[in-house]
Amino acid sequence: MLNATVSEFNMLTITGHEYPEFVKIVEVGPRDGLQNEKEIVPTGVKIQLIDMLSGTGLHVIEATSFVSSKWVPQMADHTEVLRGIQRAPHVQYPVLTPNLQGFQDAVAAGATEVAVFGSASETFSKKNINCSIDESMLRFEEVINTAKEQQIPVRGYVSCALGCPHEGHIEPSKVAEVAKKLYEMGCYEISLGDTIGVGTPGSMFKMLQCVMKEVPADALAVHCHDTYGQALPNILTALQMGVCVVDSAVAGLGGCPYAQGSSGNVSTEDVLYMLHGMGIETGVNLAKVVEAGDFICNALCRKTNSKVAKARGRTL
Amino acid sequence: MAAVIRLVNRSPLSSAMGQQYLALSSTAKVQAAGVRAGQALPEKVKIVEVGPRDGLQNEKTIVPTETKIHLIDMLSVSGLPVIEATSFVSPKWVPQMADQVEVMKGICRQPGVSYPVLTPNLKGFQAAVKAGASEVAIFGAASELFSKKNINCSVDESLQRFDEVMKAAKEAGVPVRGYVSCVLGCPYEGKVAPEKVAHVAKSLYSMGCYEISLGDTIGVGTPGSMSEMLEAVSREVPVNALAVHCHDTYGQALANILVALQMGISVVDSSVAGLGGCPYAQGASGNVATEDVVYMLHGLGIQTGVDLSKLMDAGAFICRSLNRKTNSKVSQATCKL
Repeated sequence: MLNATVSEFNMLTITGHEYPEFVKIVEVGPRDGLQNEKEIVPTGVKIQLIDMLSGTGLHVIEATSFVSSKWVPQMADHTEVLRGIQRAPHVQYPVLTPNLQGFQDAVAAGATEVAVFGSASETFSKKNINCSIDESMLRFEEVINTAKEQQIPVRGYVSCALGCPHEGHIEPSKVAEVAKKLYEMGCYEISLGDTIGVGTPGSMFKMLQCVMKEVPADALAVHCHDTYGQALPNILTALQMGVCVVDSAVAGLGGCPYAQGSSGNVSTEDVLYMLHGMGIETGVNLAKVVEAGDFICNALCRKTNSKVAKARGRTL
Repeated sequence: MAAVIRLVNRSPLSSAMGQQYLALSSTAKVQAAGVRAGQALPEKVKIVEVGPRDGLQNEKTIVPTETKIHLIDMLSVSGLPVIEATSFVSPKWVPQMADQVEVMKGICRQPGVSYPVLTPNLKGFQAAVKAGASEVAIFGAASELFSKKNINCSVDESLQRFDEVMKAAKEAGVPVRGYVSCVLGCPYEGKVAPEKVAHVAKSLYSMGCYEISLGDTIGVGTPGSMSEMLEAVSREVPVNALAVHCHDTYGQALANILVALQMGISVVDSSVAGLGGCPYAQGASGNVATEDVVYMLHGLGIQTGVDLSKLMDAGAFICRSLNRKTNSKVSQATCKL
């Protein structure tokens, strides 16, 4: 009797899938990456990193987070960062806005795109933002409605899409439910995050199958963590299923707060290497991303997490 | 379940990537997940553990014989079906493998587990059999320059040398595994034509090798170049006689392995703790970590017979002995939780 997972995954193989011709990379290094670095990074360094990334061809660079500095000291300089960067034409600089206050501050600082962060896990939601999933949706609704009035696009994140550090297994249907809610409220894109990197092509496939019943593939993105080394095959699986937006972080910035010493975000360099090797266009110059990665790793006195950067002799 | 098999259209596509930075990457656009009609994920995958040979061979520290034996013995009880134990190459060339006879004689062989050894020539083969080897492996390259620099002869000359080994192995009833290196790129030649890989693989198979392991020696391959190469090779060698040996130097190994599985490959080489660096990219990683491969396969519901925690124990042991960190992300993540 064929194992259920293999049998389901085979549907992907048998019916075949075209890879997208173009994949949009959402660079989350300056926010998600730096937020998970221990060292507080000087504002000038953050600005320079974003400016370097702006010259690489990346279309979206998540710049900072308008969350209370009490909770996330790394992002205390959000206003200075947003005001200090040199915005490249045709590049978006979304910022996180957990609530209406954050949204208003973001707009005052010049934000033209924002993001809200939901979770597929109740426990994670409570421990991370101190409220249930439903309560968080109410908060986000305020942000999204206000953003709509000001014609500011909103991106939605769903964390713990493939597993939770507290609850363990997360039902794909729960991920679909949260993704659908965010999409229906007005988020133009939903980024599904494997927050602790436990996912594999098997669980990625099942989750996306479920989510795609509620949200169209072209409104989905994957945000894979490489904590268990699974990010690239997971991204590959998502591409085979029609997803064409991938989040990643230059130099694989950001560890995993749930597995001390382990890696977190997948490296933008390694993702680009794979996509370009498959003939998929991204518009991004890999060499320039490596340079930006070198810069931030030097500034942080740490080694890159990117294998591509390492292979080209870019270790410290 | 009625399997609806749609033949996938491949349209010729332009490859205007312009990535000068990565001269070795394939720019072939691969539509349709590189899948041929009728191929599905295998239910079972055989892992060929190459840590004690390929892994340790690329480690700088000379590992004491007892440590090697203990490593192999720990791997033997983890459920791995094949463990490449050592190499009967001249110690002048590979000092790490100088204790080849002691290792072969010292290990505790587990029933149902194979312990192949490398035999670059007849002399090595004879020494291997004398030391108790019951399976051997030979090595060819898909790149002429690599062959010349690595073993000082052309690809065809190397295959001729192996003729002697093949004859002797047949007479002795010893199965032979064939390796093809540089299948997705060469440190000297750059891009390697899939047809060349197919030619060498076919030669080894026709000579009598029961399985051909296709090695991305410098880890430059991507799902694009992997599919292209496997398409060419599987026209010449049946897919159930093929294995992939992916290096993770550019972080691509697991993605490449996934694509290979989707194309019908069901044998994967890997190295406990990702032992073995890359001699062509200093400081970079080499072999893909067995722990990370097993994690992915089990997540897909594919059976391997391997007990991941016992495997991690073996990885932890050898890393302690070598005084180095593991290259396995699964090991790094798990022991910290």
